[in-house]
Amino acid sequence: MSKISVSDLNFFYGKAQALHDISIDIPEREVVAFIGPSGCGKSTFLRTLNRMNDTIPIARVEGKVMIDGKDVYEPNTDVASLRRKVGMVFQKSNPFPKSIFENVAYGIRINGIHKNRADLYERVEKALNDAALLGEVKDRMNTSAFGLSGGQQQRLCIARALAVQPEVILMDEPASALDPIATQKIEELIVELKKQYTIAIVTHNMQQAARVSDRTAFFMLGKLVEVNPTQKMFTNPDEKLTEDYITGRFG
Amino acid sequence: MTTLTAACAFGVIAVLIFVLGYIAFQGISSLSWQFLVQTPKPVGEGGGIGNAIVGSLILLGLASCVGIPLGIIIGTYLAEMGDGWFGTIVRFVADTMIGIPSIVFGVFVYAVVVLQQGYFSTLAGALSLALIMIPIVTRTTEEMVRLVPKSMREGALALGAPQWRVTKDIVIPAAMTGIATGAMLAVARVLGETAPLLFTAFGSRFYNIYLDEPMASMTVQIYNYAISPFEEWHAKAWAATLVLVTLILFINIIVRFLTRRKY
Amino acid sequence: MSSNPNENILTGERFGAAAKKTNNILGDRIFRVVLTACGALILIIVAAMIAVMTQSSWLSIQKFGFGFLTGQTWDPIKGEFGALPFIYGTIVSAVLALLIATPISVGVAIFLVEQAPKSLARPMAFLVELLAAIPSVVYGLWAIFVLAPLLRVYVQPFLQQTLGFLPFFKGTANGIGMMSGGIILAIMITPIITAVVRDVLEAVPVTQREAALALGATRWETTKIVLANANSGIAGAIVLGLGRAIGETMAITMIIGNRPEISASLFDPGYTIASVIANEFTEATGELYLSALIEMGLILFLVTFIVNGLAKLLILSVSRQTAQSQ
Repeated sequence: MSKISVSDLNFFYGKAQALHDISIDIPEREVVAFIGPSGCGKSTFLRTLNRMNDTIPIARVEGKVMIDGKDVYEPNTDVASLRRKVGMVFQKSNPFPKSIFENVAYGIRINGIHKNRADLYERVEKALNDAALLGEVKDRMNTSAFGLSGGQQQRLCIARALAVQPEVILMDEPASALDPIATQKIEELIVELKKQYTIAIVTHNMQQAARVSDRTAFFMLGKLVEVNPTQKMFTNPDEKLTEDYITGRFG
Repeated sequence: MTTLTAACAFGVIAVLIFVLGYIAFQGISSLSWQFLVQTPKPVGEGGGIGNAIVGSLILLGLASCVGIPLGIIIGTYLAEMGDGWFGTIVRFVADTMIGIPSIVFGVFVYAVVVLQQGYFSTLAGALSLALIMIPIVTRTTEEMVRLVPKSMREGALALGAPQWRVTKDIVIPAAMTGIATGAMLAVARVLGETAPLLFTAFGSRFYNIYLDEPMASMTVQIYNYAISPFEEWHAKAWAATLVLVTLILFINIIVRFLTRRKY
Repeated sequence: MSSNPNENILTGERFGAAAKKTNNILGDRIFRVVLTACGALILIIVAAMIAVMTQSSWLSIQKFGFGFLTGQTWDPIKGEFGALPFIYGTIVSAVLALLIATPISVGVAIFLVEQAPKSLARPMAFLVELLAAIPSVVYGLWAIFVLAPLLRVYVQPFLQQTLGFLPFFKGTANGIGMMSGGIILAIMITPIITAVVRDVLEAVPVTQREAALALGATRWETTKIVLANANSGIAGAIVLGLGRAIGETMAITMIIGNRPEISASLFDPGYTIASVIANEFTEATGELYLSALIEMGLILFLVTFIVNGLAKLLILSVSRQTAQSQ
């Protein structure tokens, strides 16, 4: 069974329709990449999966987003719990104005996941370790998160997301603001995380999609043009439009 | 035209320097340790503003306890959920309240508290000051909370935090420096208030810590010294002014230093 | 990371999770109610102020009606109270202050926004703002001992010699009076008007300036276009200054002379609404006397509330315009 199953999803900002009849299945423990020209709706789509668009008053959603067989847009859904289960990493790293430790501990605390203080420490360390950051910050856990470099901040945000034990991780162009070395670390991390999590990543960088994902979805003008295994997508896509985009004829 | 506008600008600053310089010049000669600790005495016997300094601090402390938290809460409300019609009305009224003359708050508190109780009191004075502080703190808090980037809120929401925890744990701490400077400006503003205290806290010639008794304040003391016919008291007015203005400018400069990045 | 097979977080069907979900929703609801209630407090305070002051001045309102606003006699002993001399004093001193402060403030703002280099403009702007931080009572003190003597010895005799044929400059030059009041108010409202005009000028989009410059306009011509754009904002700033001038109490009380007379000469003493409250409130013995003074407070409240509301609307209209044009 697919971890996430979206059917006939339409999304509106006020009267403007941003997504048209999106249907897609995302299997468990796979990385799916969303590509497409800017403004194509790939980020909007990603944000419908954890109902992050709820913060926009004029946004409206039609259709179904099933996660583990439950529609997240059902009226009795607890959005906070949904977001705990479906973690998110943003385009620009957004650490809280707290210490490195507290940044990671925050999600654990608010969700009451830890049993005691020692457990909290353990979980924070594990999350930092999983995000391949522990070695760099072990000696300064109580210093401000703003003292970290851009790439470290982004990995801190990943650690923060991992700490609440999500099952799905959404990544919205997580490496777009980073230098090549930091980007490479994030990409390695994604491949590593795939063993445990289902990951959906938005990227404008086609090489990145090719490197990290098992499956790629191509969006254009709010429509899902094609979804296929990444290998096939980049060698022999079904759609002419996809081929044109991938070979750089527009975009 | 540039000459003319520059003349305006430098002229205004010259007035500032003239006023401050004159205060420093006149005030410094009467300033002494006794002046800072003694209570007012009849003409010719010296005396000082010790009780007035303590009184101002007590009034200010009490007013801050009420005015600052309320202002922060209301400002947070306006920034976080004040975009509807109700929020718009509250914002408009709060903004308009900033411009209401301080003496009107004194009249109001007189009618509500002093008239009912039958005596002037520290509490009445502090209440009138608190009413002045609320809209000021509200205003700056709203501005500062709105400056907190959306990405930070989303980061917390994405971890499964409910809205109230996002506001309490992330947004307010992120805006705290700005909120604190706004609160300090409000403190500086009411530290200089005289009119609302004239018939609420009234004034006193003694050291006092009782909240249901009249309380001295630096500003009312300056006023009383200033309108007296005695040269000696005029000198005391200048010295007290020097103390008051130094405090207020000190707060303003600290605030300026803290918010330097903004400019 | 092995997820508990019994766990379904989405609908909270996990052990203890249902309670957590209710907590989250309940927490948000309580939060919203508490914050909204505190917001409502502002409205309650203002409503209470109107109600209490109306009630406390009812005696006077009933006895004098609208005649209170036109009555010229203020006689506590006979129990006759008319506010006209105070209204006159308030308006004249405020208008005088605006006449002085407006051109200067606009000049300062233009200099700071359009002309001065940034490194100079910032500290200067701060110094101008500091003028607003000085307490009213301090301005009063300064006015009594510095401004009044200056006017009496130098300015007023000079005005009398050159423009003495005008009714404004007749009478004895004694320093304390309407003119000193207007000047001290002008100093006090200058930073306020300047700050708003600065904001308004800064809100005019850069594209406007560039468009003008691209057409070959000089810097001053460009500034004029910017000013035309900011018209209603500057009007708002002036109205805001008017509100402050009307409500200023201590400084004007100490310098205007406190005599309830209507006189054309700016050298003569006057009296303002705020001043009479400050001066006579603690001495008001009779019930009617106190009631009349509270009615003065009510008038001051309503007038400044309306004036400030108007200023706010004018300033808002600018930010809305520029928001649309951007």
